[in-house]
Amino acid sequence: MAKSKDEVLAGLAQLVNDETGVPVESVVFGKSFADDLDIDSISMMTIVVNAEDEFGVKIPDDQVSELKTVDDAVNFIVSAQA
Amino acid sequence: MTTIVVTGIGATSCLGGNVPDTWDALLRGESGIRSLTEDWVEKYELPVTFGGRVKVPAADVLERIEIKRLDPSAQLAVIAAREAWKDAGEPTDAKERILVDFATGIGGLGTLLDAWDVLKERGARRVMPMTIPMLMPNAAAAAISMDLQTRGGARTCVSACASGTESIANAVDHLRQGIADVVICGGTESVFHPLPIAAFAAMHALSTRNDEPAKASRPYDVDRDGFVLGEGAAVLVLETKEHAEARGAKIYAEIAGGAVTSDAHHITAPDPEGTGAARAVNDALAHAGVTAADVNYINAHATSTPVGDIAEYTALHRVFGDRVNEIPVSATKSATGHLLGGTGALEAIFTVLSAHHKIAAPTINVDNQDPAIPLTVVREPTPLPEKVVAISNSFGFGGHNAVVVVRSV
Repeated sequence: MAKSKDEVLAGLAQLVNDETGVPVESVVFGKSFADDLDIDSISMMTIVVNAEDEFGVKIPDDQVSELKTVDDAVNFIVSAQA
Repeated sequence: MTTIVVTGIGATSCLGGNVPDTWDALLRGESGIRSLTEDWVEKYELPVTFGGRVKVPAADVLERIEIKRLDPSAQLAVIAAREAWKDAGEPTDAKERILVDFATGIGGLGTLLDAWDVLKERGARRVMPMTIPMLMPNAAAAAISMDLQTRGGARTCVSACASGTESIANAVDHLRQGIADVVICGGTESVFHPLPIAAFAAMHALSTRNDEPAKASRPYDVDRDGFVLGEGAAVLVLETKEHAEARGAKIYAEIAGGAVTSDAHHITAPDPEGTGAARAVNDALAHAGVTAADVNYINAHATSTPVGDIAEYTALHRVFGDRVNEIPVSATKSATGHLLGGTGALEAIFTVLSAHHKIAAPTINVDNQDPAIPLTVVREPTPLPEKVVAISNSFGFGGHNAVVVVRSV
């Protein structure tokens, strides 16, 4: 069953925390992965791989570079679930 | 010749999570070898069901993120390096003058095999991006350099079971060449996975004393039947005596010299004549500016294999003649098992502590000493003379022979 925007955010925040140690509560709308959360590209790739598993979606490689903010990622996942 | 000294030591092994705990357990004559509890032992019907896993798991010491980002071999290296660096008083030299020369025998094998499982079972897209930087053999050296922010080069020494000792010999050279003011050296290994156990067992290298794990590593005993796989890391901080004294560092002992030779005989079997190993001992003694007559303690490689222990004895006899039978010898793998690329560094630390405390560490499980190896095997903690001149030997698959000379200060 498709997850709501808030559920995707919570799940994504946990994946980010698992990979980078960034606190779950820091992963909120309006934040940039690279600029605000200091997440490097290799960590981002790992988070993407894990997000595909977690949410049952496919995130094409050429889309990954477009996911610059938490909003980008959550919106992509929510629409990809549909 | 410039005098090189040890000013910091760190280790994690099956005897303890740091140097003091490891050393105390060694002196008590404890064995760190136990039955393995992993489900894969039974699942794959491994012929060997025991080993020397680290007493303090890395996950109990490191942050969760460090565990995720590092192969177990690099995790253990970082733990030991932090202890050694702190023990050395955290030298404040320019980071560009601090060099890492670190060893592993195999590198991130578990990471590689796990990633291969993921690829086979779940496809290429599920392979983690960190796979290569975690499995590469230089990962441990790089992790230490990054953790301690040292920038004088992070070199990796790979020569199977001789690696750890070779790294220390390299460190002495780096310091004498003047390319660094402080060198962090040592070695690590962590390959508790069914594949390497099956592979070592396939070559009949491992003891199969499954019913008595703590008795399985028994160098020099007539009933020795192979080595016991261990795990761990050991790190030494080396610098010139002048440099150590200038910064008021405590000095454990001197690494007076080291040497490396190769047999060119057989990929796994030691040269039965022991010529390459003997040459390594002689070269190390010459490098240290001492003679065979000066040596009064030996930490032997002594893995507890039927042929290896004899070959080392032959080599030692070649160097020391019949006097070899009077020199106290410790075979500390009897307690720790064989840490492969980490073993030489751990044994060098034991030798350094022996020179420092003037006490030889016990060898356990020699219930019935092989008459073909009539060495004076140290069974109990035994006092050493005030001036200790010791050698620590390591030999590895590939015909690698490495020896360091440790001298008390």
